[in-house]
Amino acid sequence: MSIFKHHAKLETNVFFLAVGILLSVIVGGLVEVVPLFTIESTIEKVDGVRPYSPLEQKGRDIYVREGCYLCHSQMVRPFKDEVERYGHYSLAAESKYDHPFQWGSKRTGPDLARVGGKYTNDWHVRHLINPRDVVPESVMPGYPHLKRELDYSTIDADMKALRVVGVPYTDEQIANAKKDLVEQATSDDASAAVAGRYPKARMGSADANPKVTELDAMVAYLQVLGTMVDFTTVKPEKIAR
Amino acid sequence: MASMEKDSVSGQYTTGHEWDGIRELNTPLPKWWVYVFWATVIWSIAYWVAMPAWPTINDYSRGVLGYASRNELESDIKAQKQARSKFEAKIAAISVDDVVKDKDLRNFAMTGGKVLFNDNCAPCHGTGGVGAPGAYPNLADDEWIWGGELADLKQTISFGVRNTNENSRQSEMPKFGADGLLTAEQINQVADYVVALSSKGSTAGLPGEAIFAEQCVVCHQDGGVGSKDVGSPALNNNIWLFKGSKEQVKQVVINQVTNPQHGSMPAWSERLDETSIKMLTVYVHSLGGGK
Repeated sequence: MSIFKHHAKLETNVFFLAVGILLSVIVGGLVEVVPLFTIESTIEKVDGVRPYSPLEQKGRDIYVREGCYLCHSQMVRPFKDEVERYGHYSLAAESKYDHPFQWGSKRTGPDLARVGGKYTNDWHVRHLINPRDVVPESVMPGYPHLKRELDYSTIDADMKALRVVGVPYTDEQIANAKKDLVEQATSDDASAAVAGRYPKARMGSADANPKVTELDAMVAYLQVLGTMVDFTTVKPEKIAR
Repeated sequence: MASMEKDSVSGQYTTGHEWDGIRELNTPLPKWWVYVFWATVIWSIAYWVAMPAWPTINDYSRGVLGYASRNELESDIKAQKQARSKFEAKIAAISVDDVVKDKDLRNFAMTGGKVLFNDNCAPCHGTGGVGAPGAYPNLADDEWIWGGELADLKQTISFGVRNTNENSRQSEMPKFGADGLLTAEQINQVADYVVALSSKGSTAGLPGEAIFAEQCVVCHQDGGVGSKDVGSPALNNNIWLFKGSKEQVKQVVINQVTNPQHGSMPAWSERLDETSIKMLTVYVHSLGGGK
């Protein structure tokens, strides 16, 4: 009883009550805010993660527009069965240039964090147009409208906006955005300037259409997912958490 | 301020509030509730000490137990490898041909290979390797583009077909029509010849025969038997990759000679380890058509 008797003093004095409330809010706020200042130590220091190429970034916009994240996660969790199925667990570093990240919270379809390189461009095109053409038991909707031409008129402005929130696009990358986008979607030349600016970018048209289509952008994005970090060079103790 | 006093009936303190002579009892919380409350407070403090909890300037408190989910995963995987090593170590040490000869190893490789196939290969080649008409080859039949022996299969699975891996199987059919190597008339004739060849019909006197002998036998060989070395499919049977129905055969041949389609396959050695590829090889070989 004794301690609750003293508690009444706190509750019945407006000054003490105000101080008590202030202390509670400060503690609650610190718990939420302080971890954000340690983000530098939270993100693993691994090589290879780069901002998305203009074409991949447009593909990512389509991924978000079509709501792919509602059924597909992009986060291989550090569990044995997930690592067996999808590959190395996802690192925080791998989505550091995602605004917003696409980790997702539900898997109606499989996780896509490491889908890059797993299938051919041709497979992705068939599968996006009508998933049941290649996977008879699939419940994914078809996206045949992605055959339309890609509108990339704002890509340089998009990249500038992303730079404001922390994606390190260089002036050179922004100046060449449209040229790079078209080059990646039309040229098979692995020594093209765009491949130099964005290593591991998947070159070439994904579909049969010589114009730049939304399918080209989508497939370029899917093909780079999870491929930027070379895990044969990553020491496990460096990323242990 | 209202005064707190003891209620004479219940012996409890009141809150000091009074409405029309009715006073509110300030009954203490049940003892069990108070104990549970203090237990959770103690638990949380112990948890802060034992587990990773607080951010510091450059790091975070590790906790005396030193738990990390990624370390736990490492030991889980190690335990799993240990459990499988009885078979996997042997599979890793010997060639695929010897794996098939050993009954236990073959069973293990078949089971593991099936799981790997369904995860990685079935999206294109279909469950059970039935393929996708017009797109991806059937693996459950007797027809092989790049060879159906264990070593051939292992090579194809490891390095794929027409991809960016330096060991990938590469070959490209010339664009006879699109690049003007043959006229439309000649392509039509050679298509007639190939259709006759594939349906085992008479090819005698067909004008396409000479064109075939001149342009096509280099890769597709005499009589159109094909060559596994360059991945040129056999043309002397009725198995077609890029067609839907029987009626379309001639049109498909014309299209293919004019401006060929080429399939492609990823290099799985970039994703899977050597043992997994050996198990996959054993499974694919068993699907029906393994030589």
